[in-house]
Amino acid sequence: MSANHVIEVQDLVKRYKGAEKNSVDGITFYVEEGSFFSLLGPNGAGKTTTISILTTLLSHTTGSVKIAGHNVESESSQVRQQIGVIFQNPSLDRNLTAEENIRFHANLYNLYPFMPTFSLMADSYKKKVSELASVVGLEKDMFKPVKDLSGGMKRKLEIIRSLMHQPRVLFLDEPTTGLDPVSRQNVWKYLKDIQQKGDITIFLTTHYLEEAESSDYICIIDEGTIVSRGTPAEIKQSLIQNYITINAADSKKLGAELQKSKLDFSGSGPFIVKLTKHSAQSVIQMIRTPLTTLDIHAPSLEDAYVEIITKNHAKH
Amino acid sequence: MQNINATFTIAFRDIAKLLRDRTRIMASFIFPIIFIGVLGTSLQQNLAEGLGYNFLVFVLTGVLGQTLFQSTSAGIISLVEDRQNDFAQEMFIAPISRYSILLGKILGETLVSLMQIIGIVAFGYIMGIPLDIFSLLRLIPFVFVVAFFGGAFGVFVMSNLSDQRAANQIFPFILFPQFFLAGVFNPIQQLPLPILIASRIAPMTYAVDLLRSVYYYGKPEYDKTVLFNPALNLSVVAGLGIIFLVVGTYIFVKNERNK
Repeated sequence: MSANHVIEVQDLVKRYKGAEKNSVDGITFYVEEGSFFSLLGPNGAGKTTTISILTTLLSHTTGSVKIAGHNVESESSQVRQQIGVIFQNPSLDRNLTAEENIRFHANLYNLYPFMPTFSLMADSYKKKVSELASVVGLEKDMFKPVKDLSGGMKRKLEIIRSLMHQPRVLFLDEPTTGLDPVSRQNVWKYLKDIQQKGDITIFLTTHYLEEAESSDYICIIDEGTIVSRGTPAEIKQSLIQNYITINAADSKKLGAELQKSKLDFSGSGPFIVKLTKHSAQSVIQMIRTPLTTLDIHAPSLEDAYVEIITKNHAKH
Repeated sequence: MQNINATFTIAFRDIAKLLRDRTRIMASFIFPIIFIGVLGTSLQQNLAEGLGYNFLVFVLTGVLGQTLFQSTSAGIISLVEDRQNDFAQEMFIAPISRYSILLGKILGETLVSLMQIIGIVAFGYIMGIPLDIFSLLRLIPFVFVVAFFGGAFGVFVMSNLSDQRAANQIFPFILFPQFFLAGVFNPIQQLPLPILIASRIAPMTYAVDLLRSVYYYGKPEYDKTVLFNPALNLSVVAGLGIIFLVVGTYIFVKNERNK
């Protein structure tokens, strides 16, 4: 394993039994330890297949996948010890209390010997639970059945539970689907705190592109292959044309002026001026006609994403 | 050690879940109550004279075998559903072997079914069924064997079911005919040939007959109520149980990741 690659995926191929084509078709990528990595793509692109392979739940057809230096096929147990997973569907037991859900997780990972009640558990466990409860604000509800908690609370509970065994990588498969905006922001604030405090690597798949804006690195996957990769800024830059939209009361005069300055523009008022050779600043300096409209187009990751996916589909 | 810890955790979760789920507790008693209280008493009133044995005792011992077998096998089948939502996802992602998951689940469902049969026996006493307490106590070790057998049968069926829909459609079809083939509430010593063959193939037959053969052992009704001797029943249950468990677990583990 290279010094700081916590996830190494090399030529990964997955073809389901009886399928005519590969669901994942030879993808290669690396994730640096401690970084925030996002895997984006439309439904059916191969995201869930990829995350299932990376989390040892599914065998791959060819290629190699290593998590924290361990092969997912031959050393799945070691891999599982190093990862935490937040599934798309909640994986809490609704009939059990919040504390029991945490206790059973801790028992499954052999962190503490199994005991049938909270009071019989080790003191270190009790201390840990009360710490975690105060971090997510669940002090009062720790011994209530999970079904009485709100959606956002449940997600937070799943996150703290998945961190009990101190995994090196936390996989989040569309973690905020179905949450209201306030809960979503809340969960994200908490996740970012965790990532900044600890050395944990976050591997995210999501449909909400604004959630991926703060990623360190993004891969966009479509029809089983990686169609774009880079930092959010790089992805936006490489694809989206930056432009400004301007207009003037005397649009004819403005049009003539743009023509004269040999700027790359389109429209007849409002005008769209592409920022290929000039910055927005220098374009404005060239213009003498008083402007009534000035709008600098700042592309979002979503714009870039839509453009990438649309272009890729047009190719096929 | 990690796997033992996990097995106990998984088993305990099943019991904790049962104790909190009142609807499920109620539901698990409704079938036995219908079988014993309604079907049993009506047959006892109308047919018992010619039988030469107490029909309600016969039905109750049958229901014990059927409940143990059905409850554990159905509990294992629920893993198919659980693994897509619920806590089971947690079990499959934990660094423990698939064998400890299945073992924990069988153990848990066995304990759950034991609680159910305690209720059934209590119900029998309330109804005034003349149950022989010593014969019942003699059943204790065999009760575990039968529950484990049901669990092994569940693993075998589950390993061949691809998804929840298949499980919901196929499992009742495999289970319900066995109620009649195994003679839970109908004597099956004499049957037309095709039914006789089906009856002797049905695994539940041996589960029910094992308990009855132990309960009636040494009693005058033994010959009229029991098909095979306890040793033969135990050998079939143990042999088939091991085959179901080994083959089922092998297929389950193989198919699980290899889609």
